[in-house]
Amino acid sequence: MAIFQVPNINIAGISACVPEYEYNNHNYDWISEKERETLIKTIGVEKKRHAHKGTTTSDLCFVAADNLINELSWDRSEIDILIFVSQSRDYIIPATAGLLQEKLSLPKSCIAFDVSLGCSGYVYGLSVIGSMMTTGIIKKGLLLTGDISTLNTSYKDKSAFPLFGDAGTATAIELDTSSSSMKFNLQTDGSGYDAIIIPDGGIRNFANEETSFKYEKISEGIFRNKFNIALDGIKVFNFSLREVKPNINKLLQEFELTIDDIDYFIFHQANKLMNETIRKQLKLDPKKVPFSLKDYGNTSSASIPLTIVAELANKVKDNELTLLLSGFGVGLSWGSVILQTKNIVCPSIYIYKD
Amino acid sequence: MNITDFIKKIEEEFEDLQPNSLAPSDVLTEKFTWDSINALIFLAHVNVEYDVEITAEELIKSVTVQDLYDLVNTKYQNKG
Repeated sequence: MAIFQVPNINIAGISACVPEYEYNNHNYDWISEKERETLIKTIGVEKKRHAHKGTTTSDLCFVAADNLINELSWDRSEIDILIFVSQSRDYIIPATAGLLQEKLSLPKSCIAFDVSLGCSGYVYGLSVIGSMMTTGIIKKGLLLTGDISTLNTSYKDKSAFPLFGDAGTATAIELDTSSSSMKFNLQTDGSGYDAIIIPDGGIRNFANEETSFKYEKISEGIFRNKFNIALDGIKVFNFSLREVKPNINKLLQEFELTIDDIDYFIFHQANKLMNETIRKQLKLDPKKVPFSLKDYGNTSSASIPLTIVAELANKVKDNELTLLLSGFGVGLSWGSVILQTKNIVCPSIYIYKD
Repeated sequence: MNITDFIKKIEEEFEDLQPNSLAPSDVLTEKFTWDSINALIFLAHVNVEYDVEITAEELIKSVTVQDLYDLVNTKYQNKG
């Protein structure tokens, strides 16, 4: 069982960047007004940010990271690891992390690589960077997470289009022997790989001129091609309702903690109905469960740090807190982490003018 | 669980439904918009209320309110 702890790691800062253009779901005219209002109420997404074509996730992460490094007054030559967690890379090859290492003027002694995960990506990313830094050789690192999902989403797909927003984030990680360990419970069920999928463009279904771009009717209100994100709503829903609660309970039990020991639960922002159902399953006080869905939608691996920056900035800046972060979705992959924070540098959300 | 209670909770859950408007023999599609969103709301409702999981296929097979109750109740009883 992948329950483990990583000592000596502290989160020094968290920042987020979103594109300037704001899409309002009340203007989504692909469906009737009545259906639209029910949908908005159920998924909880009123507005979200869309990147213009040509803007990449790494562009957003760069702005978040560049500003955060300056806010922290970090010496760039001391940053020896950069991990980019995303499923919307700049190129098929090479990895995007290298481009960011160069753009951020990080030294050549820096480890840089990509991790391909979505909804669970922030929690997984923390475990990877934490594990690599815990031995004490690397003192400063950057975890960059996010996705541009709107480019791959069909406007004529009511199950996906209103849901997703674009965002990039940066988390500054430092070695700190005085900090409490981060405690993880990470899980996977690859049998659900097709519950959230972009089927074409990889090696399995190589891009095909005739079939990849062809729009097909999947069901009422759902038209898409093979480069678009396909969501099996009920499958993802049942998976999350089945797995997240036991994952969190197991983690708490393992380290002899209870729900009352946690100051805030920050969940991946999937959709309001799903997140609220999980909150009710765990019997959590709504005050302890911040949401950023309403203004930013589902932003994949950016959703947890974005929620912290958007909804908890003043709390994490001025206090020592115990947080439980939980991500779940595409893969299917899910995981939770319990960590202590102290006076995190958390600047306001940066806007990318593309 | 019993069907009266089951129906009362569904009526509370869905805005389209008035109290005491549903009967066990009612056909679901005739009573309210039985679309994918409402299906998800229903799944969430039975998950929190009865701790049972229902698949899309099972939901599609349910025609009447009684069918829906039987589906949930069977799972609820089998849970032990």
